Amino acid sequence: MKPRVGVLALQGGFAAHAAILERLGVRVDEIRTAEQLAAVDALVMPGGESTTMSMLLERSGLLEPLAERLDGGMGVLGTCAGMILLAAEVVDGRADQHSLGSVDITVRRNAYGTQIESFEADIAVDGFETPFRAVFIRAPAVERVGPGVEVLARHGGRPVLCRSGPATVAAFHPELSGDSRLHARFLDDV
Amino acid sequence: MSGTPSLDAAATGGTATGTTLVKRGLAEMLKGGVIMDVVTPEHARIAEDAGAVSVMALERVPSDIRAHGGVSRMSDPEMIRRVQAAVSIPVMAKARIGHFAEAQILQALGVDYVDESEVLTPADEVHHIDKWAFTVPFVCGATNLGEALRRISEGACMIRSKGEAGTGNIVEAVRHLRSIVGDMRRIAAAGDEAELFEWAKQLRAPLPLVQEIADTGWLPVPLFCAGGIATPADASLVMQLGAEAAFVGSGIFKSSNPPKMASAIVEAVTHCRDPEILAKISSGLGEAMAGLETADLATKMAERGW
Repeated sequence: MKPRVGVLALQGGFAAHAAILERLGVRVDEIRTAEQLAAVDALVMPGGESTTMSMLLERSGLLEPLAERLDGGMGVLGTCAGMILLAAEVVDGRADQHSLGSVDITVRRNAYGTQIESFEADIAVDGFETPFRAVFIRAPAVERVGPGVEVLARHGGRPVLCRSGPATVAAFHPELSGDSRLHARFLDDV
Repeated sequence: MSGTPSLDAAATGGTATGTTLVKRGLAEMLKGGVIMDVVTPEHARIAEDAGAVSVMALERVPSDIRAHGGVSRMSDPEMIRRVQAAVSIPVMAKARIGHFAEAQILQALGVDYVDESEVLTPADEVHHIDKWAFTVPFVCGATNLGEALRRISEGACMIRSKGEAGTGNIVEAVRHLRSIVGDMRRIAAAGDEAELFEWAKQLRAPLPLVQEIADTGWLPVPLFCAGGIATPADASLVMQLGAEAAFVGSGIFKSSNPPKMASAIVEAVTHCRDPEILAKISSGLGEAMAGLETADLATKMAERGW
């Protein structure tokens, strides 16, 4: 049975994730409320503005239900802002920004600078035979990796793809470059 | 000329900045969000506190540009720097239509998006900026699909329907969105290539872009809405009509309670199809900005651009 996957759709690049997942043949729900979250087996947390998403999680009554599902071992893929929200610790965030702490990493927001420094590059991903085209947009950087966190890809020496139990986080945007291998692997895992 | 740098870097495998994918990618990340006009660092902080995904740094909001008259230009770089220092979200700024030197300065300041905007006084009555020549991405306004496709062919990576800025009147935004989205739907339903040739001719737009819409049903870049959004209900309306995010100018800082109006509009964009949530967040916001009847306007900003 294919899992029923939700894409957190409070703000950000949710449509591109949904398009890739649908291409892989799964049913995708856009998640904006606690009721919608309760109906899915796994969740994608897209890129966007982590500060905006953090506020909207709280105001939409999703923060606690989401934290409970993550504690319960729900499979989750977080990209860019999603990675920031799932990290244990955030540097250069807002003081009131929520950290869900699913992955024991420290992440610096906007580590590369403004949009002019945004870039795309090929990276080697553990288990993939050919390079993965990774798009980094005002991307965060992983500055510390805790015990039990696997680093699956690096760029310029920095970890950019990490896994910790059911949570996978990427500093880049696998939903933008047309390569569905990371999403396919996520679906296999959940 | 730079032509279309687009996706060719992907083939070489190298590291590349300023590619089409990278430029359109930031617009993709702003979807479902609200970009707010701010004139001071304090405004910028209020916007960020309310959940804005980005701020547009300018010296006057459009309603004050209307009231003030005269030539309206790019903001003082010092003001833009102060806004950049005040917030962690992306900062956009406006250049005059065709004023590539202003755009070069904005790129040097490291703004995250340049808005080649009809809200400022046009600098060139024939040519828009060659946006392919820049690393920084551009957003441009459009009143109809042909205008949107001409801007995309010049390198725009995000289109916003123009509406009529500074009026607090949503009628023009609705007209422009319905025109753009309606024509995309009609092109997607076209019977054969010959009809697409005719569409390209009618729209005065490049045929390959028309063919792309026929294939995908949508623009190759995100479509946002600007010009006239004054309430959460306005934001919900334009999102349901097909906008993928909202620019709000005078609507926030000309209302009686800007922080409250700002966060209500942020929530309204997210929950645009949930009337119960909209009823809750629309309550007790105080006065929305005073609106203007479009028929009474001395200057129609939407008519600027070619």
